[in-house]
Amino acid sequence: MQLVSDKRLLSRLPFRINGWSLGVISIALLLAVPVLVVLGYLLEPAGEVWEHLAATVLQDYVINSLLLMVGVAIGVLLLGVSTAWLTSMCQFPGRWLFEWALLLPMAIPAYIIAYTYTGLFDFAGPVQTLLRELTGWGYGDYWFPEIRSIEGAALMLALVLYPYVYLLSRAAFMGQSICVLDVSRTLGNGPWRTFFMVALPLARPAIVAGLSLALMETLADYGTVQYFGVSTFTTGIFRTWYGLNNAAAAAQLSAMLLLVVFTLILIEKGSRRQARYHHTTQRHQSLTRFQLTRLQSFMAFMICFGALFFGFLLPAGQLLWWALTTAEESLDGRFLSLITHSLALAASASGLALLLALFLSYGKRQYGSWPVVLAVRTAGMGYAIPGTVIAIGVMIPFAAFDNALDDWMRAQFGWSTGLLLSGTLVALIFAYLVRFLAVSLQTVEAGLGKIRPTMDEVALSMGVGSREIIHRVHMPMLKGSLMTALLLVFVDVLKELPATLILRPFNYNTLAVRAYELASDERLADASYASLTIVAVGILPVILLSRSITRSRHAEPT
Amino acid sequence: MPNQLNVKHASVKYGRQTVVDDVSFELERGVIGCLLGPSGCGKTSLLRAIAGFEPLAKGEILLHGRCVSSPGETLAPEKRRVGMVFQDFALYPHLNIEDNIAFGLRGQSQAQRRERVKSLLALVGLSGTQKKYPHQLSGGQQQRVALVRAMAPQPDILLLDEPFSGLDVELREQLAREVRDILKREEVTAILVTHDQLEAFALADAIGVLGDGRLRQWDNGYSLYHRPNDRFVADFIGQGAMIPGEVTMDGDIQSALGKIHGEFVKQPAAGEKVELLIRPDDVVHDDESDFKLKIVDKVFQGAEYLYTLALEDGTELLCLVQSHHDHDVGEMIGIRLYVDHLVAFPVVAD
Amino acid sequence: MSILTKFILAPVVLSLLLPVVANADEVNLYSARKEKLIKPLLDRFTQETGIEVNLVTGKADALLQRLQSEGRNTPADLLITTDAGRLHRAKAAGVTQAVESELLNQLVPGNYRDPEGHWFGLSLRARPILYVKGKVDPSTLSSYEALIDPQWKGRICIRSSGNIYNQSLVASMIEANGVEATESWAKSFVKQFARPPKGGDRDQIKAAAAGLCDIAVANTYYLAGMLKSKDQAQRQAAEKMGVFWPNQAGRGAHVNISGAALIKTAKHKQAAIKLLEFLVGESAQAWYAETNGEYPVRSDVAAGETLQAWGKFSMDGINLSRLGELNPEALKLMDRAGWK
Repeated sequence: MQLVSDKRLLSRLPFRINGWSLGVISIALLLAVPVLVVLGYLLEPAGEVWEHLAATVLQDYVINSLLLMVGVAIGVLLLGVSTAWLTSMCQFPGRWLFEWALLLPMAIPAYIIAYTYTGLFDFAGPVQTLLRELTGWGYGDYWFPEIRSIEGAALMLALVLYPYVYLLSRAAFMGQSICVLDVSRTLGNGPWRTFFMVALPLARPAIVAGLSLALMETLADYGTVQYFGVSTFTTGIFRTWYGLNNAAAAAQLSAMLLLVVFTLILIEKGSRRQARYHHTTQRHQSLTRFQLTRLQSFMAFMICFGALFFGFLLPAGQLLWWALTTAEESLDGRFLSLITHSLALAASASGLALLLALFLSYGKRQYGSWPVVLAVRTAGMGYAIPGTVIAIGVMIPFAAFDNALDDWMRAQFGWSTGLLLSGTLVALIFAYLVRFLAVSLQTVEAGLGKIRPTMDEVALSMGVGSREIIHRVHMPMLKGSLMTALLLVFVDVLKELPATLILRPFNYNTLAVRAYELASDERLADASYASLTIVAVGILPVILLSRSITRSRHAEPT
Repeated sequence: MPNQLNVKHASVKYGRQTVVDDVSFELERGVIGCLLGPSGCGKTSLLRAIAGFEPLAKGEILLHGRCVSSPGETLAPEKRRVGMVFQDFALYPHLNIEDNIAFGLRGQSQAQRRERVKSLLALVGLSGTQKKYPHQLSGGQQQRVALVRAMAPQPDILLLDEPFSGLDVELREQLAREVRDILKREEVTAILVTHDQLEAFALADAIGVLGDGRLRQWDNGYSLYHRPNDRFVADFIGQGAMIPGEVTMDGDIQSALGKIHGEFVKQPAAGEKVELLIRPDDVVHDDESDFKLKIVDKVFQGAEYLYTLALEDGTELLCLVQSHHDHDVGEMIGIRLYVDHLVAFPVVAD
Repeated sequence: MSILTKFILAPVVLSLLLPVVANADEVNLYSARKEKLIKPLLDRFTQETGIEVNLVTGKADALLQRLQSEGRNTPADLLITTDAGRLHRAKAAGVTQAVESELLNQLVPGNYRDPEGHWFGLSLRARPILYVKGKVDPSTLSSYEALIDPQWKGRICIRSSGNIYNQSLVASMIEANGVEATESWAKSFVKQFARPPKGGDRDQIKAAAAGLCDIAVANTYYLAGMLKSKDQAQRQAAEKMGVFWPNQAGRGAHVNISGAALIKTAKHKQAAIKLLEFLVGESAQAWYAETNGEYPVRSDVAAGETLQAWGKFSMDGINLSRLGELNPEALKLMDRAGWK
């Protein structure tokens, strides 16, 4: 039996398990293990710690986390949607540059942008110091936005996370049929009204998808909020786990976080379901961009430049300045090994994530019974969970497995296997997969959705077998999405810190670890070399990403 | 020599629901068949069963004398030598026109392939579009490309699933004729699935009307129109009115239109209550006629007017009249019946 | 697909084939001390003894969690932390073992090592009160407890309660004054803050130097680091600050240690003990003081020049294990007091 006949056959049954679906479900289960381990702590009584938390800090955690999410949501929407609209629908000088440069902030880890902004705008930083010198004011004589506040944290996160919204809503705007916009104009709506009444609602599913990615990252963020002294759920988890030495309560806090994530995923799914009805017309003409007046061009330029400046140029410039002037750290052979380690991890994790995402989303496409769909959903849950929580969720079962195997081998053969997986790169890469699979899964699924079933069937009817269809139809059509998935995870792994820190093997440091160690020792300037290198290494994939997206547009379904 | 296609007692089921129920027909080489019916009648499922995308629950399908489908045995679509054209064309956006058409061509040299694509494109009047991409072509052009892509590997049978429904009406008829010419010239055996009878008449040699999964009648267009097998076919094909009546002892029909005499397609029993099918072209306008009916509606159709006339009991009748006979709604006009073959169905008590 | 295979699978396979460390003459070290602050010493050790040291750095709690999950098969021989609380926690978790070493017992003073020999202090980290010279008369300062005096209202900078140094400080006060007294102190103390706690110790110093507050509570080695910084702004800020040793009339200034514990299942026990002995050796001790501005755990090794300039002081003689035991209590107390 062949691919497609199978599918039809199966769709008739309530559901049936075959090899592929079984594979999908097992992989999803495996990836869910860390989350389940954390959830398993729910069964352990946490004692009176909960009373303590509820009476003292829990309210802060909830309110701050919510405020942070609202702030980040507003920030990424304003920045992401406006720049996406301008670069895809309007013609103004510098547009081609912004088209890809607006993605650059993605290369900067949130905690690093937080360090640089603090260095610049804090009370003791050069900006305020200069202000005081010029005016003779002292503390309390003037108002200056406090960078290390919840608003500041939201701003930092928004500045590096808006590219998710930009990326997805831009694709949506460019995919929109110009006709629907023209129709709105003929119905008497001005360009602004057209944007709000037609373009925005049509792009909503994409925007919401981008937003949910940004919000999940926000929930998982630890570095920024911890540095800014904002108590959120994530900082609360660590405080409870380490400070109060109460793993059960900490895990229960994590479980609450998971609940929020589930809600986010549901909202995102709901909004995506509607997307099916949105694109009624399959054909679209090539875009003619709005010509802007000089004033409008200037405004458009400033908006895009603003996002780029505050999200990338300013922090990168500060890092460069530190590296050139005050850093005591210098580049040496060890530094080179940091780069190769970071690259190897990012490359292998992103490659594996891509393969898994392909496997899972094909499973879902061909054998979309509810257990398979559910399994695929579960596999993408790790994205919003703080890296440390995932790392511990990986560490515990891996070590348990290793030790059980060791016990068995000793009992059977009198021979010790020791720790096979714990403390190796396998465990680390597994943690990356748990954490970042959602990113590649989402991208691959979106790409696969563009290949209509009739495209498979027409090939089959021409005597072209399933394997060849994948090679000749799917791969070429998916190329853009696969590239995107690969690069997004690559950049994410490059920036990842907590799981790397906890799970890495002996003598295996990465750029992120180095940057963190120096920065957490409050040697921000010394951290600049490593930070800058993360950014530099991240830029290339980001540029490739941008190019591959622009190019894949030409191959969009007609 | 075996028939190109034999469908024997084929049934297709989705779960417990039977969507194709015991359908049999056959197609000879070079004949263009059509499965016609309203949406949900099972025609697409039957076509997909022929293509190999749906397994059979009962019966069998033979292509070129070889059994390709029977319960439990479904030869994979890619091994059947069928060509298929889909409603959405399913052209590959990442391939240019030449590569799209050559997609199913194998075991040929580059030059042979190029030659084949060139001649196929010439066939549909699209020479020179080899290097273009699908989105650069109009809907009609994409349709033609989809057609020749399916024809390129010279399949034993070509399956067309509502191939014109994505196009505008004018283009549809023109293309249907064009496609027929092409298929005939190339002696391609084909099956078209459609819900549009004009399309079916324009394209097909033989038409099967499907209703509720069953094949109601397998015939040519003329017979379907004038000699429908049952009420379903009579309703579905063409326009007309059903006039209640009773069969007299001498075999005529007594109705509100008077006594109607004619040759029955299927003779009903004397005394039986029947409904008589009256097509618009059975009703002839005659100013001289004493039998006058009131116009309740009229539609201008260019050469003709289609008048809706009301009998005293409220039954409506359609009448096709040359358009220089322009009458107003509310006017009484004289008519005469000119019925060749009487089509009457027994009244089924509800 | 071939590109995929070449560029994705190859690194994966290669990275998985990296040798798992298993040489004979080596020590495996889990260190909460940052690489920069330990690696040079380890390199020197390797040079002297030929014993390789394999290092993983990380947060102490995570390393401890890793030790616990890895259980009997853990590759780690030694655990280094930057506070006594975590060493105590490691011992309580049962992942450490006692070391019998005359040399260690002799060199490390009794209150800076575990009575049963499970862990040993390597360096001392003092947390004095820093003041802005010229703005604060040091004679108006006396103890941590006295910082709730109305004269300091709105003049104090200190980091958040999430930080272990503050947790240890409060734990030491609980030990000295009891929970109730400490809680009412903390409630008043929080009201003295010039701003809600944020940033690290260096940030408090910078804020004070810039005029945001007049007093900062911070560990000495941050101040020492700033004094040596290449960044002129940092040096200038640090130079504005004076060091005041509190509680000299009573129990002494709060001091924590960085220390090391031998892992229960250590497979390179001898080499690990050798490393421990090396770390309390004279040259290593001097290096801490010189490079990192910490106080040597050995009284016979002189502190660096910068440290000596801040004068001698008496240290809180609390048994450091207590800091670990009281840590959760301290944190809860700070939560109740509203110390962010």
